Amino acid sequence: MIRFDNVSKRYENGHEALRQLNFSIAPGEMCFLTGHSGAGKSTLLKLIMRMENASQGQVFINGQNLSRMRAGQVPYLRRNIGVVFQNHQLLFDRTVFDNVALPLLIEGAEPNDIARRVRAALDKVGLLKKEKLNPIMLSGGEQQRVGIARAVVNKPPLLLADEPTGNLDPQLSAEVMHLFEQFREVGVTVLIATHDLGLVARMGHRVLTLHHGELVNGGDV
Amino acid sequence: MSEVGKPHHRGAVTRSSSTSNTGSVAKAGASHHQGATTAKKQAPRKPVTEPSAGASQSHIKTKSKLNSWLRHHRMMALDSLWRVLKAPIASLMTWAVLAIAIALPTGLYLFLSNAQLVTSNWDGASQMSLFLKMNVTEQKAEKLADELRERGDIAAVQYISKQQALNEFKEFSGFGGALDYLDGNPLPSVLIVRPAALAGNIQQQEQLLRSLQALPEVDEAQLDLAWVKRLYYIMELSQRMVSALAVLLGIAVLLVVGNTIRLAIENRRDEIVVVKLVGGTDAFVRRPFLYTGIWYGLGGGIMAWGIINISLFWLDGPVKALASVYASSFELVGLNSGDSLVLILSGAILGWLGAWLAVGRHLGDIEPR
Repeated sequence: MIRFDNVSKRYENGHEALRQLNFSIAPGEMCFLTGHSGAGKSTLLKLIMRMENASQGQVFINGQNLSRMRAGQVPYLRRNIGVVFQNHQLLFDRTVFDNVALPLLIEGAEPNDIARRVRAALDKVGLLKKEKLNPIMLSGGEQQRVGIARAVVNKPPLLLADEPTGNLDPQLSAEVMHLFEQFREVGVTVLIATHDLGLVARMGHRVLTLHHGELVNGGDV
Repeated sequence: MSEVGKPHHRGAVTRSSSTSNTGSVAKAGASHHQGATTAKKQAPRKPVTEPSAGASQSHIKTKSKLNSWLRHHRMMALDSLWRVLKAPIASLMTWAVLAIAIALPTGLYLFLSNAQLVTSNWDGASQMSLFLKMNVTEQKAEKLADELRERGDIAAVQYISKQQALNEFKEFSGFGGALDYLDGNPLPSVLIVRPAALAGNIQQQEQLLRSLQALPEVDEAQLDLAWVKRLYYIMELSQRMVSALAVLLGIAVLLVVGNTIRLAIENRRDEIVVVKLVGGTDAFVRRPFLYTGIWYGLGGGIMAWGIINISLFWLDGPVKALASVYASSFELVGLNSGDSLVLILSGAILGWLGAWLAVGRHLGDIEPR
């Protein structure tokens, strides 16, 4: 599902964020991405979403070489990747329902189809009763779950999460992780960037560890 | 475990799930400000049966793609209209600026075409006098007049015989007595020719004059061109000035709309970022802003049309009074329905163009980071 082939990323200011990464994640696999802050976790996720381009090497998502991808194709790549953002990236000018409906709207789904699938996703994260609220009225944990509902509403084969438990208490963190576990069970490839090492250890999945831009654990040998 | 989260690849599975209850449509509408209209206007959906052949499946896919594309256009058109109307004062001011910029050249253009109408009534201004040679007899002169009347480029010919000329001269000049001392009539016969093709075309008139001059019977042909020429050049100059003004004010419209759209883009920056993150295409992101531009332009065009018509109504009385003083039945000519349509549509097109400029300039800057 994800393959990094000797990938390096150097920013224009000369900062080398990632150095010669080699790893692959199989379809349906769940993986953690850890490392100190500034180790390059976010950059790695940005490369997968093609928010950034690799300066060297090649990134393959679902067999597609991202460095050869035309700009016009990027939206269609992103429709196949559900992303849970650290800062949620919710829109406060519309309801929870409309926030979750956005990916379906972009895909051009039919209105009653949208309603059904949004409710199913909200039900999944336990927020069905709050669909008409503005996300600003929700707690941090609830906002995070709205973000998760939006990430999975169009059933992407790949799910990325950037510090999804960053601001949550241990119990909520466990609940969120349980959700991700459930998505993995139905075949979604899940990649979670986190520095919550205790949680990572408890879950018992493969761990990719970045240190100053280099993959020190979990990569291809 | 529900079906949520089960991954699938786009296309094949998506359509098979659209046979759900229709009851949720109304509820979905309630949670979306423009949803009610969207659901109502939705085309009756064909029951999705299992497509047997690949061809029919791709046909259904193309059709539903088109449907969803049209649905999004409709939604964005309504949504952006709603946003424009939600800030009535700001929108009204934008519309007023656009209306003034559109109405000004249109008004001047109307003024010019009315002026042209007035001057084309002053036929006498460009009549030509053909002084015939002294040896041309009365019969020959009348025959020539008849021949000239046949010509397409001549509207009317008036024959003044030598005797008539003499009589007129005696009557108006005050030298009547002196003429009695002359033996014979020194005045030539005259044909007064009124050209058909009038209203400014100097070249044609000069050509006509030259051809008349070349006639064997004609001693001299005269045309008071100075006056006509002056009018013609003033008209041409004014027309060019109005055109230049129209271009400048058209650019002003583009800039005003562009700036308004730039602000709208800035206001919705977060939304654009999120839409791009979850896979919105550039066209998807662009669409609401292009519609916003169209609404501004359309509103400006309609308002300009109103301004013009109110001004015409306001001027109508004085113009009629003025015309009656000159014993003329002249009436102001306004915008006919075709002109009105062009005026309003060009407003909408300018708005759309202005939005394109702003979107092309600023949307690329907003990328998720």
